[in-house]
Amino acid sequence: MRIILVGCGKIGVALLSVLVAEGHDVVAMDSRSDLLETMNDRYDVMCVSGSGADCEALLEAGVEKTDLLIAVTGSDELNMLICYLARRQGAKHTIARIRNPQYNDKSLGFLREQLGLSMPINPEFLTAQEIHHILKLPAASKVETFSRRNFEMVEIRLKEDSPFVGHKLEDLRGRFKAMFLVCAVQRGNEVVIPRGDYVLEIGDRIGITADRVELWKLFKTIGLAKKQARNVLLLGGSRIAFYLSKLLLNSGSNVKLIDTDKATLHKFSDVYPAIETELGDGTHPEVLQEARLQDQDAFVCLTGMDEENILAAYYARAQHVGQVIAKVNIDEMAKMAAQMGLENVVSPKAVVVSVVLRYVRALQSSMGSSSIENLYQLMDGKAEALEFIVSNEAAYTGIPLKDLRLKKNILIAGLLRDRKAIIPAGNDMILPGDRVVVIAGQQRLNTLADILL
Amino acid sequence: MNRKMVFFLIGRILLLEGCLLLLPLAVSLYYWDGGQLPFLSTAVLCVGLGMLLCKLCRTDDQVIYAKEGFFITALAWLCASALGALPFVISGEIPSFVDAFFETVSGFTTTGASILDDVEAMSRSMLFWRSFTHWIGGMGMLVLMVAVMPNLSGQTIHILRAEMPGPTMGKLSPRLRDTAKILYLLYIAMTALELALLVVGGMPLFDSAIHTFGTAGTGGFGMKTTSLADYTPYQQWVIAVFMMLFGVNFNLYFLLVIRRFRSAFRSEELWTYLVIIFLATALISVNITPQIGNTAEGIRAAYFQVTSISSTTGFSTVNFDEWPAVSRMILVLLMFIGACAGSTAGGLKVSRVVLMFKTIRREIRHLLYPRSVTSVRFEGKPVDNATLISVGTYFSLYIGLFAAFWFIVSFQPGFDGVSNFTAVAACYNNIGPGLNLVGPAASYSGYGPFFKFVLSIAMLFGRLEIYPMLISLSPSTWLRK
Repeated sequence: MRIILVGCGKIGVALLSVLVAEGHDVVAMDSRSDLLETMNDRYDVMCVSGSGADCEALLEAGVEKTDLLIAVTGSDELNMLICYLARRQGAKHTIARIRNPQYNDKSLGFLREQLGLSMPINPEFLTAQEIHHILKLPAASKVETFSRRNFEMVEIRLKEDSPFVGHKLEDLRGRFKAMFLVCAVQRGNEVVIPRGDYVLEIGDRIGITADRVELWKLFKTIGLAKKQARNVLLLGGSRIAFYLSKLLLNSGSNVKLIDTDKATLHKFSDVYPAIETELGDGTHPEVLQEARLQDQDAFVCLTGMDEENILAAYYARAQHVGQVIAKVNIDEMAKMAAQMGLENVVSPKAVVVSVVLRYVRALQSSMGSSSIENLYQLMDGKAEALEFIVSNEAAYTGIPLKDLRLKKNILIAGLLRDRKAIIPAGNDMILPGDRVVVIAGQQRLNTLADILL
Repeated sequence: MNRKMVFFLIGRILLLEGCLLLLPLAVSLYYWDGGQLPFLSTAVLCVGLGMLLCKLCRTDDQVIYAKEGFFITALAWLCASALGALPFVISGEIPSFVDAFFETVSGFTTTGASILDDVEAMSRSMLFWRSFTHWIGGMGMLVLMVAVMPNLSGQTIHILRAEMPGPTMGKLSPRLRDTAKILYLLYIAMTALELALLVVGGMPLFDSAIHTFGTAGTGGFGMKTTSLADYTPYQQWVIAVFMMLFGVNFNLYFLLVIRRFRSAFRSEELWTYLVIIFLATALISVNITPQIGNTAEGIRAAYFQVTSISSTTGFSTVNFDEWPAVSRMILVLLMFIGACAGSTAGGLKVSRVVLMFKTIRREIRHLLYPRSVTSVRFEGKPVDNATLISVGTYFSLYIGLFAAFWFIVSFQPGFDGVSNFTAVAACYNNIGPGLNLVGPAASYSGYGPFFKFVLSIAMLFGRLEIYPMLISLSPSTWLRK
């Protein structure tokens, strides 16, 4: 696909590297030519220097033949204008980053329609959503939902006392009397799609897929069924905090916010009367003590500084707070934080990349007999979970799964039929109209047919 | 430095050269002129060495940076020239290796300077290979490698940048591989067009191929001692026009193909190039017509020689060494200017010259009005200072190296200053013939082996635009532990 990417900031570069690796023809645009020069050296892309709102520059980038334009410059208004111009000049689809809350309420639908925008992305809101997911299921470090939330995939890390440790996968289901599937395991830096005789060890990060009810049953059995966090302490009144507060308050949690800036706190309490606020520097232990850190169910660090977030999260973990989440923007920092033992690190950049990737893949697959409905990156992007809708008969329909010749590192993790989830066994088959959840390690699937050898 | 990857890519280049050698092999099989064994053995050697290098240096770490890019470019051209010289040596038609090396480098760098006193004595397949090297070297063998070899990682931009002439490199499509393919398709299409026009004009197919290769790469190897003097006016006009066309930036042709005529014809560099050719032709026509006696012939001779020199080809229809001093001086100036960036030609490139003059104008204005702030504009856009500085630096280096080469070559006994000056200018700018003892009617055979080698290196410096060779020859690149 031909893709134009306007804006080579942090998110722009992250998107660029993924899109190029996916094999798309990418044209990068930015008004800063020094940024473009580095891009040109590092990635196989064409660079056009100029503002995306400059029609001439857009034409030079080949906008009339482009399939998708992604505008991720620093300004919402500019992004919207770029997408509008690009649509008018023939771009088939457009994605704009729109992060200001004032555009992200009721006016968004109107804007979207008027601008011909295919998808607005709001990194802060998406990140808030991801954090909210995790807070709802405190034992997991990552929660993704398929098929309108009937089917879930969670990532958990096995601690010393986990009842999973030392067992073969094929024995687990009988042992815990729940229908679930361990679909991916990360051990060290390796990610594998495990077979039945795989034995789990301490420290493994595993992905589990199951129906929502079954998953809850499983978590109860293994003692991970902690309730949704009721008391949440937020550090830093950033945009993510703004969206997260809304999500949390709507689901009935108590939210307390610490920030150094009085005006920010005022703004929050203006919008959300139920929020508790505290003025102070969250990196000072006294301030956290005063906010009764030890009594909280969850602590979320959302300041603009990665270092502050990591340190505060580390301190909170030492105080045995149930769940600690840190927002970290820089990849290297996130890796370091994970090594230090912080399990829940959330990066807006990674969230955006995964959303855009899902959209691009879906766009690409929209021609085939199956289309991608959902795509999630698992285990730091080393594996992917995809949800396909099977619209008509194909080579893989109507054949028992045990007779399908699948590629290596492919697992059919779930069949969703008539609003019910099936953990597939050998005799199940894929039928037209099904939704199929597939886990793929180290390969790219565009259509469901790609799973066959 | 990622040595494994460097040698892996060199291996790929040798594989490619082995394949390209099959073409002259086919010619020699057709004419059965004794070139079969030399070409076959060289091709086998190239493929063998290439496979060995690719096998030994296969590595997972495929990342290369600018430094490797320069290094690969210089080394690839040296290796390809050294191996490409072997058929001449094995067949005995150019027995000395240094001579054969000079001839091959002159071919690949599209210089067209020859050490052969009697071109007609060469066998057909050798003539074909000699001219075919022009065609390969014109657009660049690394560009060809990127176009045809699959599985090259993204960083190949460093290689192409080192090989493509001109101050900046523009991509025609998002992917480098597609860009390289587009360039070669344009190149092949224009080559085919010229070949067809020459054959229609009554030139034998073999002669047409030789001259088309020479024109396309802006090289200048012919098949007669008199170059193109014995061909008809129509054939001379076709070649003259195509020499001019191959001196134009290929990006402009791409713009024409995708029907963006306005941006193609707005190119400042193109117009400057055309104006230079027009002015030079007019001046020389006026200057030489009394000597030739016929206005039409005077204009043709002037236009042919002007396009030949300014596109750095080096064909000739008359012995311009016998022209009046003013005309010869104009030709020497044209040698240095060269043609457009992004073409197959050599020299300083019109865009650099334009930028330099604009910088000079700005500097003078700045002296007169010290508080003024003026930006230099080129192709309708302001040029940043970094580019201007790099153009200035390139020019200083260019002049410095030119002086160094001239100094070294002046040690050759029996050659006068003008001959040495124009010999270095013609090699360094990839033109071919100079004046006096190296004029169009003479050859470079009078130079000693050492000086031939120095001139070969000068050609490589000129074709690769100095930096790749300079970096590869600097001890710090080699002595790193």
